[in-house]
Amino acid sequence: MNYFEKDLTSLHDDLVAKKISVTDLVKATFDNIAATDPDLNAFLTLNKDAALKKAAEMDEKGVDADNVLAGIPLAIKDNIVTKGLTTTAASKMLENFVPIYDATVISTLNKKGMINVGKTNLDEFAMGGSTENSAFKTTKNAWDYTRVPGGSSGGSAAAVASGEVIAAFGSDTGGSIRQPSAFNGIVGMKPTYGRISRWGLIAFASSLDEIGPMTRTVKDNAILLSAVAGHDDHDLTTSTKEVPNFAAELNDQTSVKGMKIGLPKEYLGEGVDQDVKDAILAAADKYRELGATVDEVSLPHNKYGVAAYYIIASSEASSNLQRFDGIRYGHRSDNVKNLEDVYVNSRTEGFGDEVKRRIMLGTFSLSAGFYDAYFKKAAQVRTLIINDFQAVLKDHDFIMGPVTPTPAFKIGEEISNPMTMYMNDVLTIPVNLAGLPGMSIPAGFAKGMPVGMQLIGRPFDETTLYKAGYAFEQATDFHKQTPKQGGNN
Amino acid sequence: MASRIDQDQVQHVASLAKLSLNDDQLKYFTTQLDEIIGLFETLNEVDTEGIEPTSSVSDQINVMRDDVADNWGQSEGLLANAPESEKGYIRVPTIIDESEDE
Repeated sequence: MNYFEKDLTSLHDDLVAKKISVTDLVKATFDNIAATDPDLNAFLTLNKDAALKKAAEMDEKGVDADNVLAGIPLAIKDNIVTKGLTTTAASKMLENFVPIYDATVISTLNKKGMINVGKTNLDEFAMGGSTENSAFKTTKNAWDYTRVPGGSSGGSAAAVASGEVIAAFGSDTGGSIRQPSAFNGIVGMKPTYGRISRWGLIAFASSLDEIGPMTRTVKDNAILLSAVAGHDDHDLTTSTKEVPNFAAELNDQTSVKGMKIGLPKEYLGEGVDQDVKDAILAAADKYRELGATVDEVSLPHNKYGVAAYYIIASSEASSNLQRFDGIRYGHRSDNVKNLEDVYVNSRTEGFGDEVKRRIMLGTFSLSAGFYDAYFKKAAQVRTLIINDFQAVLKDHDFIMGPVTPTPAFKIGEEISNPMTMYMNDVLTIPVNLAGLPGMSIPAGFAKGMPVGMQLIGRPFDETTLYKAGYAFEQATDFHKQTPKQGGNN
Repeated sequence: MASRIDQDQVQHVASLAKLSLNDDQLKYFTTQLDEIIGLFETLNEVDTEGIEPTSSVSDQINVMRDDVADNWGQSEGLLANAPESEKGYIRVPTIIDESEDE
């Protein structure tokens, strides 16, 4: 199956018209994976038997013409639990963990007829920006196999960008959907905090984590967000706001006419690659051509986002990851003489270095005598970052800028220096701290590697981001560029 | 530059977090954590006098539900994920450290 020539709507039409059966589509998807994944390493677990069984059942009863997801094969990041299918969070801690329930997004997608083809690689417990922190394998960038796919949803991004699947789901705590989407030239949405249930998402930092769709087109992304968004009694932080039919709003190519767009000067400052700046400035001109106004704005506290984030996210992680104690599930050390050994040795053997680093940073930030200086201070800076966004979004429809300061870096280049790695998230982190929707869309190339543009909106106004993303997509052809097989661009 | 965290403090934090570090790891984590805590301290440049801290950005506040027990009927599946189980219970190694009795 050549997914580069398809989108969700055309695939659905083919399935309804019986141009292809669900079984043949699923088989063709596994053929794609068999051809590409031995080198790309996007997948940790394939769900072949169950996928083919479900496909046969759907062929038997017929594809529902009113349900665009019926029979569509999708890939799922391996920190989203799937009943009966191993879910590892790319950690040795959960190497043999088989969930007994489905995450809400999975049960919702299953009801709509999604075929889950498998679980994609990530940085262990979603902590990282290159997928190199996976305990199991290193995923490559679909455009250049010597470069990282980004992270932590690197497997999902590479699987979509390489054409293995039409779409995938990821999660984003500080940029983990948007950054790999940017590095791989695809569309990735981190919706507003509370838009999608986190029930069944293995918790990293609960006040920041959000699930979202990763696709090749804006419209496909909009379709998938509408499918999984909404209140869930199992996640009481989910909003009760009505979920729009986002894709239905995308008929008008001139929908950005009259919109006011803010371009923060801090997002084109020091450390941002010249080619990335040029792509974003060209995108601003494109929006002006389409009838929008773009003016320079300021988000003065954004530069403190990384520091505040690594205190807050690490503190929440140190608390969330206490549950991995070697008792009820997960890795238990064989080398134990007493209860303390069960805890200490199981955790020491089960967690990788980045996870340990963050647990220790969080434990430190929350510990007696340091709480006010670190955790409370970070939570106050978070408020100032939110205020900055509110001030700009009061009289701007959305904010535009780069997703990352640079395109994808080389595998091995930054992994030994955590600080360098952390600074990659400088433009995505503030959006999580503020709980706003943020989307990455293809906006050009820098020396052959994709550049992502970030659109940031008001709370629960993903509609404006999709409209603006769609208008840009219709006016450009960056999203039509595809990586060469084998990542030799 | 004065260090912000020393090896003793890292060892203390690791023990609070139920992690064990060998000497090499202790050195290397101390250097890295010191650098990252240096980044944290850039927040001191920001005047936060009178600013309320933010701990949640959810639009839902104090959502209530009835306190009703729900039997998921999945004890077998749960136990299957336990490292060791017996007769419907999770098995753990001897909890009392006998060496402490002496």
